[in-house]
Amino acid sequence: MRETKLYQIGTFAVGNRLLDPEDRSAQASPDRANSITSGHRACQGCGEALGARYVLDAAMRAADGDVVVTNSTGCLEVFSTPYPESSWQIPWVHSLFGNGPAVAAGMAAGLRASGRTSTRVVGQAGDGGTVDIGFGCLSGMFERNDDVLFVCYDNQGYMNTGVQRSAATPPAARTANTGVIGDEPGNAFGQGKFVPLIAMAHEIPYVATATVADLHDLEDKVTRAMGMHGARYLHVLVPCPLGWAAAPAETIRLARLAVESGLFPVFEAEHGEVTAVTSIRGKVPVDDYLRLQGRYAHLFGDPGRPDLVARLQALADRNVVRFGLLDSDDGTQNASLGS
Amino acid sequence: MREQLEGSQAVARTVARCRPRVVAAYPISPQTHIVERLSDLVRSGDLAPCEYLMVESEFGAMSACIGASAVGARTYTATASQGLLFMAEALFNVSGLGLPVVMTVANRAIGAPINIWNDHSDAMSQRDCGWVQLFAASNQEAVDLHVQAFVLAERLSSPVMVCMDGFVLTHAVEAIDVPDQAEVDAFVPPFVPRQMLDPTDPVTIGAMVGPEAFTEVKYLMHRRQQQALAEIPSIAADFAARFGRTSGGVVHPYRTDDADTVVVALGSALGSVCRVVDDLRAEGTSVGALGITCFRPWPEAEVRAALAGARHVVVLERAFSPGAGGIVGRDVRTSIGSRTPVVDAVVGLGGRPVSRATVRRVLEDVSAGRLTPDDLHFPDLRRDLIDSEPATRGGPRA
Repeated sequence: MRETKLYQIGTFAVGNRLLDPEDRSAQASPDRANSITSGHRACQGCGEALGARYVLDAAMRAADGDVVVTNSTGCLEVFSTPYPESSWQIPWVHSLFGNGPAVAAGMAAGLRASGRTSTRVVGQAGDGGTVDIGFGCLSGMFERNDDVLFVCYDNQGYMNTGVQRSAATPPAARTANTGVIGDEPGNAFGQGKFVPLIAMAHEIPYVATATVADLHDLEDKVTRAMGMHGARYLHVLVPCPLGWAAAPAETIRLARLAVESGLFPVFEAEHGEVTAVTSIRGKVPVDDYLRLQGRYAHLFGDPGRPDLVARLQALADRNVVRFGLLDSDDGTQNASLGS
Repeated sequence: MREQLEGSQAVARTVARCRPRVVAAYPISPQTHIVERLSDLVRSGDLAPCEYLMVESEFGAMSACIGASAVGARTYTATASQGLLFMAEALFNVSGLGLPVVMTVANRAIGAPINIWNDHSDAMSQRDCGWVQLFAASNQEAVDLHVQAFVLAERLSSPVMVCMDGFVLTHAVEAIDVPDQAEVDAFVPPFVPRQMLDPTDPVTIGAMVGPEAFTEVKYLMHRRQQQALAEIPSIAADFAARFGRTSGGVVHPYRTDDADTVVVALGSALGSVCRVVDDLRAEGTSVGALGITCFRPWPEAEVRAALAGARHVVVLERAFSPGAGGIVGRDVRTSIGSRTPVVDAVVGLGGRPVSRATVRRVLEDVSAGRLTPDDLHFPDLRRDLIDSEPATRGGPRA
C-alpha cells in the first residue's frame, strides 16, 4: 500500500480537507484516473510528468473517463512508453514530433464521423513539439477550430535531446547550444514567441496558461476547457530540473516563482479576449527565481551580469503591465491586453 | 455504367463509394480535381458520414489520417510530388503503426527545377516507406485499384498508395465504368480495425522500441508486405469475378510468351508500349511488354516468370537515381539474375511524352544491341539543348 500524501506546503492554495468534496482536486481523489501511472522513467522532480498527470486526470474527471490522447515525441513520450512497458492507463497514441495537433484533429474528425461524439480528444506536446516543429499543425488545428484540447508542457527547451534551446527558451538561459560564451551568454534576447498570445490571435474558444505550482488553478482550467468544444489551448509551465540545472525538490517552487516574478503570466482568454488574470500576490524580483537555476549561474557572482538580470527584470515588469498582474486581487479587470 | 469522365472525377466518385469516414487533404497539382470533388461530395452530404479536413500541409494531411485511422475510421488522402515528400516522415509512421490509410498519388516530377508534370520521381522516392505501391495503367484501372486498395489495406492493416500518372490520367477524359454504390458495398466490407483508441479498452499505440525489439517490428512489416503479394492477386481475382473485368494484380504480361525482347513499364506508358508491341509484332519482330502494377512489394517471382524466355529486357524508367542508374531496372535485374541483360532507359521525365515513336526506337535499339546494359540511357534526351545550355559550360558534358 503506497503512502498517500494529501498536504501541500508553501502555497496559497487551500488544503483539500477544508474544501467541500466537490471542490477538492482530482488529485486528492482516491478514484482519480491515474492516467499516467507510477513506474515511468522521468527524472526526479520532473515537472512534465506532474503536469501530464494533473491535466489528464482532470480531463478524465471532466469527461467521465471518455478521453483519447495523443502525445508528440519528447520526454513525456519517451519516459512513459519504453516497449514493452507503458505508463498510460488511457488510450494513447504517439506518432511524430511535429504532428501532434494534426493527429489530434484527425482523431476528433474520426470520432465525429464514427458517431462517437462523447469521446474527447486531448493532444500533448512539449514546447519544442508545440511552438517550433509542431507550430504549423497547431495553427492549422486552431484555424479549423478542431474539437481538441491541446496542452503544451513548456519546460523551455529540448530537454529530451540534451537541453538545446527552443523558441520557448528564455533569454540568457544557458543550454547545450547556447553556451556561456561571448557578450550575450546563454540564449539570445530575441523577439520571444509566447504561443498563448498567438493562440489568442486565432480567436479560438479558450486559451489559458497555468503551472504545476497551482494544482487547483490548473485543474479548473482543464475542467473549463473540457466543458467547451472547438480548439482549446493550455500552456503549462513545467520546470525541468535537468535542463534548468535546479534541485529536483525545487520544481514547484520554481514554477511559483516564475509566476510571482512576473516572468510567466497566468491568465485565461476566450475568443481572443483575456477574461481572467491571476494576480501576483507577493511580487518577487527575478533574482529570486533565477538564482535557483544553474542555467542562469553566469548572471550572478563576481562580476556577474547585472545588466542582463536587469533586462530580464524589464521583461517581467512588462508582463506585469501588459497583463495587469498587480491590478486587482481577483485579477479580472484592467488587463491592458485585448482591451 | 460507362460514361465520359475525367480520371480525377472518376477516382473521387469511386473513393466516395468506398465510404471513407475521414478525408484530409492539401491541394497540389495534379491531385486537386480529386480532392475538390470529394469536398463537394462531403459538403453536399452525398458522402456521409464523412469529415473532410482542409489541412495546412501535406504533413498535416497524413498526420490527420494517422489520428483518424487510430480511432478506427476509414481514412483517405491524395497528394503528388512535393506533397508526397512533405509527407515522408508521416508515411513511414503510418506503415510502422500498421494503419490502413489509402492514398492516391497523382504522379508528378520533383523539383528543382520546379515542374508540375508527370513522371514517377515522387513515388519512387518513397519506395522504402513500407506502403504498398500500386500503379494504374489506365483510368479504369485507377478506379478499380482504389476499390481493391481499401480491401487490401484493411485486410493487412497496412497502408496502400494508388499511383496514377498526373495529367496523363488525372486530367484525361475517357469512358470509365465507376462501380455503383451497391457493387462497392458488396466488395468492400465495413472497416474492422485491428486496434484502435477506445476508452473502454485503452491501448498504447506508438511506443518507443529499442534495440531489443526494433528488428522484429521491421521484420513483421516485411512479412506483411510479402503477405500482400499473395493478397493482391486474390483480391484482383475476386474483383474480376464480381465486376467482370481484369484490373490490378501484381504484373500484367502482354505478349511475352515467345518474345525475344520485353519492355518493362509502369503506369500510363503501358498503353503506348502495348500499341508498339502490336505494331512490331505485325512487322514480324518478337517483342512483348511487362506491366508492373505492384511495385512495392516487389513481385519477384512473377517478374522472373514473365521474363523467363526473354533474350533482351529494357525497362522504361520514369525516375532514376542520379549517379547510380535506374530504379525499377535494379529490381528487375535482381529478379532474373545475370542470364538476361537488362537495359535501363530513362524516358518521360517531367511530363515529356512517352510517345510511341520513342518506345519503338528504344525497342528497336535494344533488339539490335544498340542500347547496352552497361550504361543508363536517356533515349528522349535533347542533346541540342545540352550542347547549347551555357550553364553546363565548364561542367560535365553529356
